[in-house]
Amino acid sequence: MKVLVAVKRVVDFNVKVRVKADNSGVDLANVKMSMNPFCEIAVEEAVRLKEQGVASEIIVVSIGRSVAQEQLRTALALGADRAILVESADELNSLAVAKLLKAVVDKEQPQLVILGKQAIDSDNNQTGQMLAALTGYGQGTFASNVEVSGDSLAVTREVDGGAQTVSLKLPAIVTTDLRLNEPRYASLPNIMKAKKKPLEVLTPDALGVATTSSVRILKVEAPATRSAGIKVKSVAELVEKLKNEAKVI
Amino acid sequence: MTILVIAEHDNKVLAPATLNTVAAAVKIGGDIHVLVAGLGVGIVAEASAKILGVAKVLVADNAVYAHLLPENVAPLIANLVIEQNTIYSHVLACATSNGKNILPRVAAALDVDQISEIISVQSADTFKRPIYAGNAIATVQSNASVKVITVRATGFDPVAAEGGSALIEAITTVYESGKSCFVDEVLAKSDRPELTAARIVVSGGRGMQNGDNFKHLYSLADKLGAGVGASRAAVDAGFVPNDMQVGQTGKIVAPQLYIAVGISGAIQHLAGMKDSKVIVAINKDEEAPIFQVADYGLVADLFEAVPELEHAL
Repeated sequence: MKVLVAVKRVVDFNVKVRVKADNSGVDLANVKMSMNPFCEIAVEEAVRLKEQGVASEIIVVSIGRSVAQEQLRTALALGADRAILVESADELNSLAVAKLLKAVVDKEQPQLVILGKQAIDSDNNQTGQMLAALTGYGQGTFASNVEVSGDSLAVTREVDGGAQTVSLKLPAIVTTDLRLNEPRYASLPNIMKAKKKPLEVLTPDALGVATTSSVRILKVEAPATRSAGIKVKSVAELVEKLKNEAKVI
Repeated sequence: MTILVIAEHDNKVLAPATLNTVAAAVKIGGDIHVLVAGLGVGIVAEASAKILGVAKVLVADNAVYAHLLPENVAPLIANLVIEQNTIYSHVLACATSNGKNILPRVAAALDVDQISEIISVQSADTFKRPIYAGNAIATVQSNASVKVITVRATGFDPVAAEGGSALIEAITTVYESGKSCFVDEVLAKSDRPELTAARIVVSGGRGMQNGDNFKHLYSLADKLGAGVGASRAAVDAGFVPNDMQVGQTGKIVAPQLYIAVGISGAIQHLAGMKDSKVIVAINKDEEAPIFQVADYGLVADLFEAVPELEHAL
């Protein structure tokens, strides 16, 4: 079974981003960039499926600028077999990304596509669901467990009240939640080997996909800050403040 | 302009988050219709018809919609928009696990972008939403023919649940993709209030040391009538289940009182609770970042302070 994994290059999750003074966006100059954490979980899940003998080939795809090749090489070092970069200079919205991924799906015909549930930059949580709509496949979003049996897939999903399990016909789309697995680190020999694995570069034009968007960002601001209050000395003082000052209990 | 709001419910009860979503629709302005899709949802439909400001309730009551599978519900919503001769200018859903699961599938089916988790309405086409885990707020404008939007409940005060008398209309169209089916559901059973609706939330972090120690928080929460949450660190460490997680990747809460116990205050956690009215932090590390957002901070060993607090109430 062929598995396609989509990954995104984003600001590293440890970086505290700052809004640019002209409110045009956040300042990403000279900050550390990494693979989106949910995408790391997606790569790991595909690698585990291959180790179990369920997946035969893992193709990793990213959509973005040329530098996103770094994250593709990381995925190759973690166990993906080959990579595709759909090169686009612009920051694309989820629908455009989903359309590009649909074109890659049409070309590669994977049985399973695994994506992170959301990217930690735009926090959209849309692409997997949109790809499912465009392909007409079933979707198992926010997955905490994935089991392939024959031509179907059981996905346990993190939902508001607990967990829900759905059965999907393959091919299908899965988006990962935090507890699906704990991603491994790439070993040095695997990082070296990854440099020799194939990486194909495509363009939206070559895939015949228009990437226009109906949504634009007018401005980006820092959130209202919350200032520190006071330190109380004892539990008794805390209870007194909550009762008489804040009046919340 | 007519706005279609997707009701959040469990087939039995209309979830309060629907009232916050209707509030966002009221801010946009226009007639408001509510869609109730599910199985045996008569009571939910009646409750929806009573919401102040709702003009019409559409009810799709069929076994295929029982578990709100997006493969079936998304075409129902998308075709409703298409068949109603574009009377719908906006489709809104709560940013719950159902809303997040279903609505992007609707947007893609309609070939429009979606705007996720708005926290304010500037005008009928311009909205504010948090990005980078709430470290920045983007103002976005959409020129899509239909604006498909999920609404973060904490950004909007709920409208009144009573006072309306909307028309209820049945929808008989059935969409069944055959691509997915429901297997089972394991829902946490708790007598405590649901996190996102609780007036008071008590949350524990890595400082709790293990899952068993959460009993101190449960006991305190029961005395306060509070919901119990946790930081991602506590969930990752396996202390408590993921549905208790408050933060960027968990639930977003804004209660009247939030008590953070043994939580350092990572930015990802603050993203989920910083809009709470009053924040209390109990932590033995006085340098913990949580104190920078807390209205009342108590530097103390939580294993002494929490029982003492429970006792003092």
